[in-house]
Amino acid sequence: MDFLLMLTSIPNLLHGTVLTFELVGSSMLFGIILAVPLALMRVSKRLWLSAPAYGYTFFFRGTPLLVQIFLIYYGLSQFSLIKESFLWPILREPYWCAIIAFTLNTTAYTGEILRGAIQAIPYGQIEAAKSVGMSKVLQLRRIIAPQALVLALPGYSNELILLLKGSALASTITLLDLTGITRKIIAETYRPLELFLMAACIYVVITFVLSQIFGWVEHHFTAYRRPPRQLEVQAGGLGKG
Amino acid sequence: MFNLYGFGGLIFAGTWMTIKLILSILFFGLILGMIGAGAKLSRFRILNIMAGAFTSIVRGIPELILILGIYFGGTVVINNLLASLGYGGSFGINPFAAGVVALGTAYGAYATDVFRVSIQSIPKGQIEAARAVGMPGPLIFRRIILPQIWLVALPALGNLFLVSQKDSALVSVIGLQEIMRASSFAVRYTKKPFTFYLAAAFIYLGLTVVTTVAIQLFEKRAGRGLRRE
Repeated sequence: MDFLLMLTSIPNLLHGTVLTFELVGSSMLFGIILAVPLALMRVSKRLWLSAPAYGYTFFFRGTPLLVQIFLIYYGLSQFSLIKESFLWPILREPYWCAIIAFTLNTTAYTGEILRGAIQAIPYGQIEAAKSVGMSKVLQLRRIIAPQALVLALPGYSNELILLLKGSALASTITLLDLTGITRKIIAETYRPLELFLMAACIYVVITFVLSQIFGWVEHHFTAYRRPPRQLEVQAGGLGKG
Repeated sequence: MFNLYGFGGLIFAGTWMTIKLILSILFFGLILGMIGAGAKLSRFRILNIMAGAFTSIVRGIPELILILGIYFGGTVVINNLLASLGYGGSFGINPFAAGVVALGTAYGAYATDVFRVSIQSIPKGQIEAARAVGMPGPLIFRRIILPQIWLVALPALGNLFLVSQKDSALVSVIGLQEIMRASSFAVRYTKKPFTFYLAAAFIYLGLTVVTTVAIQLFEKRAGRGLRRE
C-alpha cells in the first residue's frame, strides 16, 4: 500500500468532490421542482394527465441511468436538427448532459415518492376540505403539501443517496467528478487499490453526513407524533420523598 | 421497428450475457444477505458489529466504484499475492466474476436488512416450539424460518433485484460484452448512438417488465398458505 500517495491525492479528490456536489445539488433542485407537477399529474383522475406521467416514470425507472446518460450525451448528436439548433452549445457539454440525465432520472423517482406520500393522506381530509369550500390550490397548500412532504422525507433521503452514488456515472462521459478524478489519477499512477479505497471513503462519509442530516430533519418535523417529554424532575422528587 | 444494421445478433448475445450476469448476482447476493442477516442476529457481538459495518459501508459506495475497485484493485491484490508465493506473470480477473462479486456484494448489503427484518417478524414462540419438539437448528431454518421469510422478504428482494438489473449495465465499463457494451460496439461502426442506446433502453424495459411479473407470480405462490379476507 502506498500511503503517501493516498494522502497526497486527497486535495485532488476533494477537488473532484466539489464537482460531484455541483452535479448532485443542481439535479436535486431541478428534480424537486419537476417532481411536484409530475406527482400531481400522476394522481390526477384525468387520463391525459396521468398517462404521460406514468409513461415518463416507467421509462426512467425501468432503464439504467447509464443508458439515459448515453442517450443524452452521445444519442442526441445523431440528429442534425439538434446539432444545428440553439440548444447544441448546451447539449454538447458533458456537464450539462450529466445534469439533464440526473435530473430526469431523479424526477421520476422523487415523483413516485411524492405520489405515495400524497396518496397516504386519508381521503376524508380532502373531502372535509372540499366540504368547507377550499379550492384545489388551497387544499394542496394547507392540507396535502404539509403532510405529504413530511411523509416523503425518509424515501427522499434514500433517493438523494442513490443520486449521489449515481453521480459517479458522470465519469463515463469524461467528467472529472470524484470518480472521474480517481480514475484519472489511477491512469497516471496505476495504484487502483489505494485510490478506489480513498474515493470509497469519501463517498461513505458524504452518505453518512447526508443520512444524519435527514435523520435530524425528520426527527424535527415528526415531533407531533412523539409523546410529550416526561417531567423527570417531579418523578425524581417523589422517589426521594 | 428498429433497423439494427445487422447488429441484432450481437445485441441479442449481449442480452443473454446480461441475463446470466443478473442471475449470478442474485444468487451470490441472496447467499451473502442470508449470512449477513445471520451475523446481525447472532449472539456474538463481534459478528453484529462486523455485519453492521459491512452493510452501512457498502451502501455508501457507488456501484461503479465497487465494480472498478474489485476489477482493478482485485487484479493488483491477486498478482501481489501470487508474486509473494513465487509465481511470476500477471493474472487478470474475469470481468464477469468481478461484476458478480461487486454487484452481488451491493445486493447482499441491502438484502441483509431485508432478511433480518423478515426473520424478526416470525413469532418467537414458533422457534421455541420447534426446539421443544427437538428440531436441530438447520431443520428449524429450513422448515420454519425459510418458508415464512420468503413471504415477507419477496417484495423488497424483488425491488432490489430490479435495481441490480439496471446496475448490471455498469459492468460494461470493465469490458463485459453485455447489452451496453454490445450497443456501444454497434454505435462505433454505425454512428447511430440514439438508435442503439434506445434499443438497449427498450431491452432493459422489457427485462424490468418480465421481472416485475415474475415477482408478482412468486409473491402469489409464497402467499398461497395465507388466509384471504
